[in-house]
Amino acid sequence: MKVSGLLATKSPTVITIHPDQPVADAVTLYGQHNIGSLIVVDRDNHLVGILSERDIVRHLPEYDDVMGTAVQEIMTPRVIVALPQDDVMSVAHTMTERRFRHMPVVDEGELVGIISIGDIIKCQRDQYRGEIATLETQIMAENI
Amino acid sequence: MSEVGSEANPLRVAIVGAGPAGFYAAERLFKEKGLTVQVDMFERLPVPFGLVRFGVAPDHPKIKSVTKVFDRIAKKPGFRFFGNVDIGEDVSVEDLKQYYHQIVFTIGAPTDRNLPVPGVEFTGNYPATEFVAWYNGHPDYRDYEFDLSKERAAVVGIGNVAVDVARILVRDPDELAKTDIADYALEALRQSNIKEVYVLGRRGPAQAAFTPPEAKELLELNGVDTLVLPEEAELDPLSQESMVAAGRGVVRNVEIIQQMAQNEPTDQPHRLTIRFLVSPVEIFGNEAGEVVGMKLVKNELYKTESGTLRPRATDQFEEMPIDLVFRSVGYRGVPVPGVPFNDRWGVIMNQEGRIVDAETGEQVIGEYTAGWIKRGPSGVIGTNKPDAVETVVHMLEDLQTDKILHPAHSQAGAAEVFIAEKQPRFVTYEDWLRIDEIEIARGQEQGRPRVKFTDVEEMLAVVGK
Repeated sequence: MKVSGLLATKSPTVITIHPDQPVADAVTLYGQHNIGSLIVVDRDNHLVGILSERDIVRHLPEYDDVMGTAVQEIMTPRVIVALPQDDVMSVAHTMTERRFRHMPVVDEGELVGIISIGDIIKCQRDQYRGEIATLETQIMAENI
Repeated sequence: MSEVGSEANPLRVAIVGAGPAGFYAAERLFKEKGLTVQVDMFERLPVPFGLVRFGVAPDHPKIKSVTKVFDRIAKKPGFRFFGNVDIGEDVSVEDLKQYYHQIVFTIGAPTDRNLPVPGVEFTGNYPATEFVAWYNGHPDYRDYEFDLSKERAAVVGIGNVAVDVARILVRDPDELAKTDIADYALEALRQSNIKEVYVLGRRGPAQAAFTPPEAKELLELNGVDTLVLPEEAELDPLSQESMVAAGRGVVRNVEIIQQMAQNEPTDQPHRLTIRFLVSPVEIFGNEAGEVVGMKLVKNELYKTESGTLRPRATDQFEEMPIDLVFRSVGYRGVPVPGVPFNDRWGVIMNQEGRIVDAETGEQVIGEYTAGWIKRGPSGVIGTNKPDAVETVVHMLEDLQTDKILHPAHSQAGAAEVFIAEKQPRFVTYEDWLRIDEIEIARGQEQGRPRVKFTDVEEMLAVVGK
């Protein structure tokens, strides 16, 4: 399975935030869209970072007012991206090894989606379920 | 009026497309406790089962046996089949909305991608999907012609479809004669002069997309030398490193490929060579416009940021004489008029099976999708089950919250009358079972599982339409 197959059944809209917006805006967006991570883009829509729930929690002790802080202060600036042609299995491996939970997907320089570790686990589960269903169906057919 | 989904007022669902995804969706709907559902399945052709009938190779009867399970689903009370009804042609999506609470598109991905190389216009470059549909007796492809008078064919791509095409090209026709392959295809293959077939993979043995049983089968073909160049069977350092985390299928594939690399060519009538780390960069033609050769570039693998091993062209090229090219580089969906389409991925625009508006991302009430036209071409037949279940679970949630269509005509019998008006020659499931019975009887005379009808008019004639 390719990353493109995983994005095919997800919302085509990627929720983004600008680096100079306050963290409070990010928290609102998490709630509104039921997500745990936001892609940070500049005014030209270029990827400049990612802001996850974890980034906010990590900075809570340092800042008196995390909510009022600009996103760029606490975002993770260097982001590893996936390509639509990437294999889901190797993306899963990289996410597990590097301990992150979200990866933006970029196609020819354009941000086209975001995948989470949850998406990947679901994809793997459905792949196994599909293999089981194939075998089950064949066994059932033999007994008809 | 009583609640939708009750005995007095059944949930009316139209499923468009009678392949595996459609049947799995129907199965899940019938399983829902306390729900009374009327499922009307529409199919453009008079016969059901989609790629199980027209995609799965004729020499893989066990895989085709899943249709027995689909037959059982079709026997459920509340299931109706409307074959020979083209949604978009005979009946529009807007029409369906007047009769159904929910519509599910399970129409598959019927077209293929072309190769992005010069020379694709030469005669003798065919989509593998068309060849597959042809030998499987698909009515739309029965009149296609494939010139098998030449000796060398290349199959570009290294998934199961590529392997199927290669196997059918080199397999002993006497063996194929025991299958349900189309008669005209069998005849053409008996006359075939093809001696050598190359399967060309862009990446290495550890990234081959075929599954181990399909690969192993190639080693066991009578009259065929199945070969891999020893230097191409060796794993590069990146692939070697990736084997630590590789699944069982990959490990087994590599074992089989390395076994092929140990084969010495003998004097078998056919030779099948699987090549790795090569991509076609140009197809050569002669003055008559026929394919005569191919230029390949040698690839090397590199690791993307996210860890996938991808091919990258080197500066080493080779040219090989080739008479035929079958490209198997992926199926792709085509849009249905009036249904939002995601051109980037070649699927219906959807969120976990709920169709969404291309502009706003808002749900299009009452419209859903499952199977390849939802997620793209991936997986095996059973992969469509969890896929269809996901869609149906959302349909049931939407039923609970009344996010369904409220059709003007939802009384029993209304849809059938309307469809009969639009397409009087529609085929019922009983009609299909009759066609099935005749096909099987025709097969028995020749010791074959069935002899398919390949002409729509013929199919309709035997059931008196």
